[in-house]
This record gives sequence, structure tokens and C-alpha cells, in this order.
Amino acid sequence: MALLEIENLLKTYRTPDGRRLSVVDVPEFRLEAGEQVALSGPSGTGKTTFLNLIAGILTPDSGQVRLDGRDLAALSEPERDRQRASVVGYIFQTFNLLQGFTCLENVLLGMSFGPGADRGRARGLLERVGLGDRLDYFPRQLSTGQQQRVAVARALANRPKLVLADEPTGNLDPGHAAQAMDLIRGLCLEQGSALLLVSHDPSVLGRFPRCESLARLNRASRTEVQP
Amino acid sequence: MTLWLLVRRSLRQHLLSTVVTALSLALAGGLLMSVWVVKRQARATFTGQTGAWDAVLGARGAKLQLVLNALFHLEASAGNVLFADYQLVASNRAVALAIPIAVGDNYLGYRIVGTLTNLFTDAEAAPGRRFRLREGGRWFEDGYREAVVGSFVAQRLGLKPGDTFKPYHGLNFNPKEQHDDEYVVTGVLEPSNTPADRVLWIPLAGLQNMSGHAAATATDVSAVLVKLRSPLAGQQLDLLYNKQGDRLTLAWPLGAVLAQLFDKMGWFDQVLELVAYLVALVAAGSVLASIYNSLSARRRDLAILRALGARRTTVFASIVLEAAAVAALGMVMAWGFYAGILTAVSAVIRAQTGVVLDPWAWDPVLVVAPLALVGLGAVAGVLPAFKAYATPVAENLAPPS
Repeated sequence: MALLEIENLLKTYRTPDGRRLSVVDVPEFRLEAGEQVALSGPSGTGKTTFLNLIAGILTPDSGQVRLDGRDLAALSEPERDRQRASVVGYIFQTFNLLQGFTCLENVLLGMSFGPGADRGRARGLLERVGLGDRLDYFPRQLSTGQQQRVAVARALANRPKLVLADEPTGNLDPGHAAQAMDLIRGLCLEQGSALLLVSHDPSVLGRFPRCESLARLNRASRTEVQP
Repeated sequence: MTLWLLVRRSLRQHLLSTVVTALSLALAGGLLMSVWVVKRQARATFTGQTGAWDAVLGARGAKLQLVLNALFHLEASAGNVLFADYQLVASNRAVALAIPIAVGDNYLGYRIVGTLTNLFTDAEAAPGRRFRLREGGRWFEDGYREAVVGSFVAQRLGLKPGDTFKPYHGLNFNPKEQHDDEYVVTGVLEPSNTPADRVLWIPLAGLQNMSGHAAATATDVSAVLVKLRSPLAGQQLDLLYNKQGDRLTLAWPLGAVLAQLFDKMGWFDQVLELVAYLVALVAAGSVLASIYNSLSARRRDLAILRALGARRTTVFASIVLEAAAVAALGMVMAWGFYAGILTAVSAVIRAQTGVVLDPWAWDPVLVVAPLALVGLGAVAGVLPAFKAYATPVAENLAPPS
């Protein structure tokens, strides 16, 4: 059984003038445990929505997301929260670090909603991403690249089975982007986590053995649907 | 740990509004505690002051006025009592001790009371406590122009043994009405925390025969303090003076008479309580408003927490706990406000009545009121917590443009 199985996934939005537009309409998608896949696509093709549906942050209008053997639609919201905290690691394009918390606390908080905060592991991960001497720094005291590495450490802290990365190098220069990708991919391989990354950067996409076009995968492309 | 970390960091991030809100709650808590403690202590302490005496005999009039005048040295005397009436009550077998007092003069606004030395030697200042003189002093001698000064008066006027003073006529200070008689201070009372501390005590005959006083009433007294042998004796004297007689009034039992005073002041207590409750409500409203307003700026943080796997209930609980924590911080400061308010109030009460309240005395309200306000703070956090609970995750994850 694949780690992630998607069937007939549909997500629509209602526009202010009452029309219903589809943003995600994916008939089928599969990701095996430990596999690393890149999805390409320009802005506005529903990349973030797609990842949010997989993470259980959004609920689909119809279709099925089966993650780690569990159908997200069959789970209650608290169960989806629990599933997200323990099975999924999410690296956001804008990192989404909590500004009032130190690097160490950001990682610990991510862990505390899942299996539980492990200060030793959090410290070890931050050392692994080169921030061992920045544990008590606040995000605003770090460079963009360093912030991104905190976000990576936080996403991998719970040893998730699936890491979702939404344009993780979008805010980095090419040099740092290459380092960041090596770090993310390397850590996922070390932990046996599958990686699903979306990006429009060819240099990032080129690093993945399996790269799919979201535009081809997603039939929606903001087309109007009938209620 | 997670909840407490979230609350601690949030409080630090919004330090100014946290402190201002906590201060308003502290004021409310301090006021509430002060109102309750002053009310209870004042009642207990005022009624406790009468413990050394059972009754007061005075001219026909209001019992409360008689007690305030004779025991608390407030108000004017309702009239005089013949010395023969004093002798009669003193010789009554139901009476253990009767001491006459006479008032009508002051020194720089502090009341001068004429009495007999056995007020100090035979009676008690308060139940189980006798009057004591400071070192180097002695009681005045009946028939001499000598005085024993209460500790508060001595402190305020700087009087000490050997000093002299000339009384002024009347209960209120008028510099034009000074008597010619000169009194020598023979002793200063140890603080008794009773109204006696606010008085200059002189021999009864001294006040009766002060230059300028009417010769016709020279032997009269203002009131007689009475210690009874038994409660039954009070009923006998009550019958004799209040029900059968029409010339004199016996204020008995003193606790019931003083209760009238607090009953009359009941409306004032209620107004103070109402003000304190309103302040508490406004403070709780400020907790609600400050957290509610901060939520707009915190929507992204809340969304991030939810994206990391925090449940809605966790977010809800963190906001309620934050409101309770602000209130708890306020309550720590409230004890400081309470100590300040009660110290000031007790100083005023001591200066006006001689009765001393103890700001550090234990009272259950010192725990109950803070706990209630922490609870109120938590309740005030419920509405913002619901707003946080309902924060949509996906649309708030992106940074504000």
C-alpha cells in the first residue's frame, strides 16, 4: 500500500459573484513510503491548496486522500490534527516560524503537538542543520537561510512519514537554495521520510528522480464547476 | 508545558497591554479586598472597644450618641448627669465598677476628658489589657492640675512628662477661648489602640472647676462608664433608667447600640462594594478587549500552531489560560494595592477615632476575592478564545502583504 493515495480529489471555491471555481481536481496520485517527488507548476495552479488538502488543513469537496492507511475524510478534525502532527512535516514557503519563540522552542512546539517534546532531539536536529549555536535566537535575529533551516528542523522533528515542502527555496538565492535542497533531501533520506515538494524552480526540480507537472496532474485550473 | 509556553510567550509579546490590564484588575482586586476587610475589621474593632465596659449612663437622649461621646470621644454630650446619679449607680449592687467622665474642653483640637485615676488602675483599656504608662511617667493625682496624655496625642503634639498646656474651651479648637488653668503632663499612655490614645486625661475635678465653667453645674459629669456584675444586672438597670425613669439613658448592651452605627452606614458599604464590583467588571472587560484586539495580529501565529497540529481546543485553552494569567498577575499586584489602601484607611480611622485596623490581619476575602477575579478573568477570555478557536488555518498561513 502506498503512503499517500489520492483519488478524484476536488476542491472548489465560491467567488464573490456566486460562481464555484475548482482549484484542485486531481483524479489520481500516489506516493510510496520514502519516495521523493517534485511537482512543478507556475503560480496559481493550486500547489499550496493541494498540499493543504494532503496535510488535512483543508477538507476536499469530494474525493479521497488516504495517508498512512487512513482516509482523512473519515477522521474527525482532532484526529486529522493528530495525524498532521505525527505523520506530516510541513515546510512552508515563508517558513512560518513563530516570531515570539526561540529556534529551540519553535522545534519543540512542533514536537509537542505530536509524539511529545524531546529537547535532546530538537537540539540535535538544530545542530544537524548548523544552528547549534543559535538555539536561543529568535527568528528575527536569523538570516533568511537560517530561518529556513529552523523550519526544516521543525518539519522533521517528529520523524514524519511524509514531508510536504511548498516552494521551500522560493525565498533563497540560488546558492543557498541548492544547499537547502541537499539538506532537506538528505534529512528525509536519513529518516526514511517521503518528500513531496512543489516548486517552479527548474534547478530544484532537476534534483528529483520523479518530477510531475501539477498542471497536467490537476485538471482544475480554476475552471467553473456546476453545483 | 506547551500551553504554559504559549501563554508565557504571548504575555511577553504583548507586555504593555498585559501590564496595563493587570494593573486595572489589581486596582479592582485591591478595592474589593479593602472594602470587605475595612467593613469587617471596623465592625469587629469598634464593637471590641466596648468590651471593657458593659453600659454607659448619660443624660436622656440617643444611646448611640451617648456611646460615641463617652467611649469613642466623638460627638457632643447629650447633657449632664448629676454627681448624685453617678454615686447612685456606683453604689448599685449590680454594678462592679462605675467611672464618671466629663468633657467640654480641648487642647489644639484634641479632646480633654476629666475622670478619676481608677479609670486607669481599676478598669481595662480593652478586654484583658490594662492601661500602661510609658517609662518615666505617673498617673495624675486627683485634685491637681495634672494630665496623662494618650499616645497618639503625645506623638502629634510632641507632649512629654513635664510639659505644660492650657486647655481651650469647647470640643472644637478656638484659639480665642483658652482657659487660664495650666496643666502639667505627668505621663504618656502606652499605645492602647483604643480611642483613649486620642485624649488628654485630667482629673475630673479639674475639668469641672476649669476657669470659666458654670459654677452651677460644677459637680455634674457628662457620663458614667459602667461595668456590670452580670448580664441580668443590665436588664435591671435598663428597666430602672430607660423604662421606668425619664431623666437618664442607659446605653446597654453596647454591642447592639454600636450595631446601629454600622446599620446606618450600611448603604455606604453597599455603594463602596458596588463601585468595587463595577471596577472589577470594567477590568474584566479590559482583559476581553485587549486579548480580543490582539487576535487580529495573532491570526497567523494561531494558524501556524494549527498547521503544526495544535487542536482547536488547545488554542482555545491557551487564550483562556492567558486571560487567567493576566488576572493572576493582577491579583499579585492587588495585594500591594490592598496593603496601600488599608494602610491609608487605617491611618485615617486611627486619626479620627483612635481605633486601629490591622492591614496584615488574615481575612478569607484576601484569597476568595483574588480567586474570584482570576475566574472572572478566565471567563472574560472565553469570547476571544472562541474567536481564536474559529480562526481559519489555510487563509491565515500566508504572511500579511
